[in-house]
Amino acid sequence: MKLLTHNMLTSHVKGVTKGYPLLIKATEVKVNEVEFNPQFVSRMIPKLEWSALIQAAEGVGHRQDLPDTLVSNYENDEDFLHKVHRVLLEVEVIEGSLQCPESGREFPISKGVPNMLLNEDES
Amino acid sequence: MALHCGKTCRQYLLHLAHDSVDFRLPELKALLALRGRQCDPSEAFREKSPFWRLCGLLEEDVRSVMSRTVCGKSAFELWGHGRTAAELKSSLLEYPIEKMTPFLQEESTYKINVYTFNKTLLFKDRIEKIDALGFLPFKGKVSLKDPDHIFCLLEDYGLDPNDIPEEPFHIYFGRWVADGQRELIRSHSVKKRHFIGNTSMDAGLSFIMANHAKVKAHDLVYDPFVGTGSLLVACSHFGAYVCGTDIDYNTIHGVGKASRKNQKWRGPDENIRANLRQYGTESFYVDVMVSDASKPVWRKGALFDAIITDPPYGIRESTRRTGSHKEIVSPPEDFSGESHVPVSMAYHLSDIFADLLNFAAHHLVMGGRLVYWLPIYRPEYCEEMVPLHPCLSVISNCEQTLSSHTSRRLITMEKIKEPEVYVLAHLADSRFSPYQGHNSFREKYFSGITKKNGKGSERTSKETQNLKNVQ
Repeated sequence: MKLLTHNMLTSHVKGVTKGYPLLIKATEVKVNEVEFNPQFVSRMIPKLEWSALIQAAEGVGHRQDLPDTLVSNYENDEDFLHKVHRVLLEVEVIEGSLQCPESGREFPISKGVPNMLLNEDES
Repeated sequence: MALHCGKTCRQYLLHLAHDSVDFRLPELKALLALRGRQCDPSEAFREKSPFWRLCGLLEEDVRSVMSRTVCGKSAFELWGHGRTAAELKSSLLEYPIEKMTPFLQEESTYKINVYTFNKTLLFKDRIEKIDALGFLPFKGKVSLKDPDHIFCLLEDYGLDPNDIPEEPFHIYFGRWVADGQRELIRSHSVKKRHFIGNTSMDAGLSFIMANHAKVKAHDLVYDPFVGTGSLLVACSHFGAYVCGTDIDYNTIHGVGKASRKNQKWRGPDENIRANLRQYGTESFYVDVMVSDASKPVWRKGALFDAIITDPPYGIRESTRRTGSHKEIVSPPEDFSGESHVPVSMAYHLSDIFADLLNFAAHHLVMGGRLVYWLPIYRPEYCEEMVPLHPCLSVISNCEQTLSSHTSRRLITMEKIKEPEVYVLAHLADSRFSPYQGHNSFREKYFSGITKKNGKGSERTSKETQNLKNVQ
């Protein structure tokens, strides 16, 4: 699971009102090199929940000294876009789980794939 | 519109493949829309014809369309056309000489091809037809191997293979500009793909879907019923970043029974990511997840540029979602959550489409497109059955026949406004009645017309349906 995906996921456990962001509990994290595409990164940045991204990156140990709040004029800051690119697309959680911040329910991640299915009594 | 450009403005001739006829015009319109252009066919436009004349375009527009289309074979700058050889000649003589000469220079090389639709010509007849073009001021040298410029004489002998006329209905002559992407159908054939399933989407149709969805570079595209990821393969080919979900753990992880003949189990690394790697687009892979399309796992917001999917209709893949009709029994206390497989229950087709349209309305960017297949029981089909949503406008609706009484329709919708926060957009209910009940389409698919007509009760329900539509 890439952190871009994590940034867009939320808990859907029944009754939960604050299910975002999910807490990453990683036991294996990998960095896979991905071709850098500044246009895509620039397009994604306004769609991101920035603080959730920073928190997630910090949690898996790949924050890259990215700032707490989003800088302005990032489109022309190649160095910044590179770092966001790494966090969004190159850092991958291979094994671990995603935990709902309110209910504590864990969604397992195995071989890089999150399993978001709930049991019948939970949804 | 087309009238006043008639003879004066430059026209292009598009030669189209004669399969997927229904899908061709929406594809062209979508690809022109990507260039900010409208589709402006000439006055005598016939959608079924393999030759379309287009006005008001630049060569760059045409090249851009050809770099994407799988319906179009080749495009030509049209120099002349007519119903007879004489009409073609006078039309060619009217074409401004200054537009021809750059391609007829002495130091250049050229060749002339003859293409006939619905007729095969003898070699000597072809040569004769080329010789008859001698009145054009060709100054260059003929080179059949590697010419600088290629010209083509195209003859249209109609659509009926049982009634081929002596003389063509229409003749065109023009300069070849570019070929389309028909080659992708072969190069991306499911037969040679690493990881496939029972319902993997045919390569040609996958690319058509990506084109209808106006998928472009730097987009983020999502498939909620991803299966083996055929649609993601097509979208990533056009430079879009892709992600998908499926309720089937085995498919997402590429484990379990193989779909190929002579292969019992799936091998290691049979998964969607490996498919993208096979075609050199792994850098556009975002993620796939095991998830239930009926559950809100994505946070609020316009996250996706396009949603493109082939939902299960219950023929070869069952329609299901998590949940149970039974009294809910909590798992035992000592139960380890991971190994429990949630019970899946019937997912009514009507709910699949209602959920899909609602999801698209909430999660598409403004102007983003939803492209999906709607199964149709042909004797009952009417346009009013296509699900609508106040935030999505129907762009196109193309039929692919599956059997004498069933087909599927490729529906393309575009997001035109943001959903109101408090209205849980519920769709025009009568539209969904054909899809109500689990396996509703499956039952019809296997019923056959004769059997169906014998059932009085179902006919009444059809009548009520018609009545509803009238009201």
